[in-house]
Amino acid sequence: MTATDMGQDPDIFYVADEHDHPEGASTMLGFWIYIMSDTLIFAMLFASFAVLGRNYAGGPRPEDVFELGLLALNTAMLLFSSITYGFAMLAMQEDRQTPTLGWLAVTALFGMAFVGIELHEFSGMIAEGAGPERSAFLSSFFTLVGTHGLHVTIGILWMITLMAQVARKGLIAANRRRLMCLSMFWHFLDVIWIGVFTVVYLLGMVGWT
Amino acid sequence: MELPYTDPTWNPIFGRLSLGALPLHEGIVVGTFVVVALAGAALLGAITYYRLWGILWRDWFTSVDHKKIGVMYIVLAVVMLIRGFSDAIMMRAQQALSVGPGNEGYLPPDHFNQIFSAHGVIMIFFVAMPMVVGLMNIVVPLQIGARDVAFPYLNNASFWLTAAGVVITMISLFVGNYSRAGWLAMPPLSGFKQSPDVGVDYFIWGLQIAGVGTLMSGINFIVTIVKMRAPGMTMMRMPIFVWTSLCTNVLIVAAFPVLTAVLALLSLDRVLGMHFFTNDLGGDPMMYVNLIWIWGHPEVYILILPAFGVFSEVVATFAGKRLFGYASMVYATVVITILSYLVWLHHFFTMGAGANVNSFFAITTMIISIPTGAKIFNWLFTMYRGRIRYELPMLWTVAFMLTFVIGGMTGVMLAVPPADFVFHNSLFLVAHFHNVIIGGVLFGMFAGINYWWPKAMGFKLDRTWGLRSFWFWLIGFYVAFMPLYVLGLMGVTRRLQHIEDPSLRIWFEIAAFGALLILCGIVCMLVQFYVSFRDRERLRDVTGDPWGGRTLEWSTSSPPPPYNFAFTPVVHEVDAWHDMKRRGYVRPVEGFRPIHMPKSTATGVMIGVLATAFGFAMVWQIWWLAIVSGLALFVTVIGHSFNYDRSFHVPVDSIVGIENARTRELAAGGSSA
Repeated sequence: MTATDMGQDPDIFYVADEHDHPEGASTMLGFWIYIMSDTLIFAMLFASFAVLGRNYAGGPRPEDVFELGLLALNTAMLLFSSITYGFAMLAMQEDRQTPTLGWLAVTALFGMAFVGIELHEFSGMIAEGAGPERSAFLSSFFTLVGTHGLHVTIGILWMITLMAQVARKGLIAANRRRLMCLSMFWHFLDVIWIGVFTVVYLLGMVGWT
Repeated sequence: MELPYTDPTWNPIFGRLSLGALPLHEGIVVGTFVVVALAGAALLGAITYYRLWGILWRDWFTSVDHKKIGVMYIVLAVVMLIRGFSDAIMMRAQQALSVGPGNEGYLPPDHFNQIFSAHGVIMIFFVAMPMVVGLMNIVVPLQIGARDVAFPYLNNASFWLTAAGVVITMISLFVGNYSRAGWLAMPPLSGFKQSPDVGVDYFIWGLQIAGVGTLMSGINFIVTIVKMRAPGMTMMRMPIFVWTSLCTNVLIVAAFPVLTAVLALLSLDRVLGMHFFTNDLGGDPMMYVNLIWIWGHPEVYILILPAFGVFSEVVATFAGKRLFGYASMVYATVVITILSYLVWLHHFFTMGAGANVNSFFAITTMIISIPTGAKIFNWLFTMYRGRIRYELPMLWTVAFMLTFVIGGMTGVMLAVPPADFVFHNSLFLVAHFHNVIIGGVLFGMFAGINYWWPKAMGFKLDRTWGLRSFWFWLIGFYVAFMPLYVLGLMGVTRRLQHIEDPSLRIWFEIAAFGALLILCGIVCMLVQFYVSFRDRERLRDVTGDPWGGRTLEWSTSSPPPPYNFAFTPVVHEVDAWHDMKRRGYVRPVEGFRPIHMPKSTATGVMIGVLATAFGFAMVWQIWWLAIVSGLALFVTVIGHSFNYDRSFHVPVDSIVGIENARTRELAAGGSSA
């Protein structure tokens, strides 16, 4: 008898033969809501950039500091990492542990490459005197892009943790659920990056003022 | 990169911290410290003497039981109410003593500024919020017929993060100083140039850490309410308190990330010399004002909606009728939830956004009074022709309805931009928001505490002391805040350490007297708790349903067993328990099955301790400690994720024992319910 049926039978006031609810049945919903709240943090950073991103204060402008070649490279790294995470999930669905771990490792490497290129870009800008304290434009740029990079870094650490857990316990239900959450997180960072790529870099370069 | 704003006295071991940070030259602070230290030592000594550490640790601190976490939240809130009220009475005394030329009172401006900043922050974040979250913790799972929240371990961690925020804020009293920039720390005053010391950093990190806890508990409760309702409880059969809790938690999840972001940006301005909110190099202080109120306005509805839920439950129970206009109450709640996002600019009409922008926000603000008015009428119509029992929760509810309507009307006055240009930043505004927060949120929480105390503790609260507390609070509120409306209309601005015009003295003296009456109200409430605990056998609730309640929490024992319900209830209408009683529900006494429950964990306590250390390190820029405690925090969370064994089964034997004891109690109480 399903829950709805019991609600319709007016004489039943309690569930007599109840079974355990599967653990983690609510995790996905909870994680979706977390992602929404994190999206709001990014929304605030995008809003700050939208308001302050043209306040150069006589300092460097987007065309002085952005290198589109480097940008194309690290965008490619992040997009590839999303594809390889997808491969990891496909392997997980087929219950093949070694390919799952392999694709996760490839994903983590792509992620590290992304963070590495970003740090290279940041250090170059700071060395040129275009650090975050130079103008409101650069403050909001470094904060938005840096927060995304921090998320990717945390995602990589999480991925390494999950790889250790899968290696120890196998693809059990709890680990599958965790891989699923990280998958959502990872693709979410991709979506945010597409926003960063468009709003910060492309619109910055074409001179949206 | 060199840190542009590093203090010249900074050193690698202690950061900005030095012996000079201890406010040894301020007599009031030293005296407070002595009292707090003695009281703290006495409390710790008593816990040790009565050997309570083990019980506290096992049954409370590490517990994932939503009822116990709820009680801990409320204890925290009551302790902080005393702290926040101490600030209030100091301000009232200062203003009463410093009217007229030559009268400077007893608080220097620097200290006065810290006190009004701390008062606002503490009352909102560490009194009202924990009371609301605590009440939701105790009540929501019981009302939806669940055995716990969706993420019990997260719930425990949320509490300890809130406690960490409290500890960081309280440390500022004795080590360094608190913010002088008001409860929302508006830049440029809160920027590094104007506030170079640690005050604003204490503000930022206390709220940042507590805010993360609040956000996590918001997610937790949305999922709990959406996924874990008893069979048959459709959305439109949820008790109104559950509805208002759901809307409040939606607001929390949609508003607190904004607070997290804006505090982080302020911190970057202060520590790394960025230019989000500075006056130079392209920064924009009004950005901060907008962002903080995009969080701040929903925040006031986060506080008031659960209070509305409490009143709905209380009115229906004590009028002995089902709530009038259930569906309209739900729609009103949802409309308020949505509208609360469209009004933030009314907090700063004087920004100069122009007539069109101000008109939009004025109209949305005024529209909110429509669903709120609908609620008031629903409560009135519920009372109409009911057999009203004036128990304590009902008294608080009636007091709320009278008081809140006044606050609502002055709110509509403030919503008119041309009028607001005059009222802005005046004591009229101060009177208005105290009118709605005390008369709305606090009265609601007091109604809720009196109403659900027997459920949580197993005995009712004493009526005599409750009545004394009620009348002192109610009269004290009017005596303390009505003069502020008058003063505000006469043009007195808020946050004044000294008032020059001697003709205003009488109003400040009346207000100070009102604060003394409220003090009596608080003392009577503490006595009420003590007397009720002392006389708990006399006040014992054996039935589990002391008020003739209508919703599911009253169908189980008081206090409920750890698993809440031996059998998950099945719901047929809004007032599920009333329906069960009416149609001859017989409590099952056999056929029990083992119940799957979460295990206790010490991880939440660890997270709280490490977060406190991290926050303290960030305030004083002790970078090594920040790195160490931050890494330890990370390792603790990851370490916890390696533990897959987080639940157990309550064996049938122990369920039979608990349920048979209840059967005997019910028989001795002469009730069959």
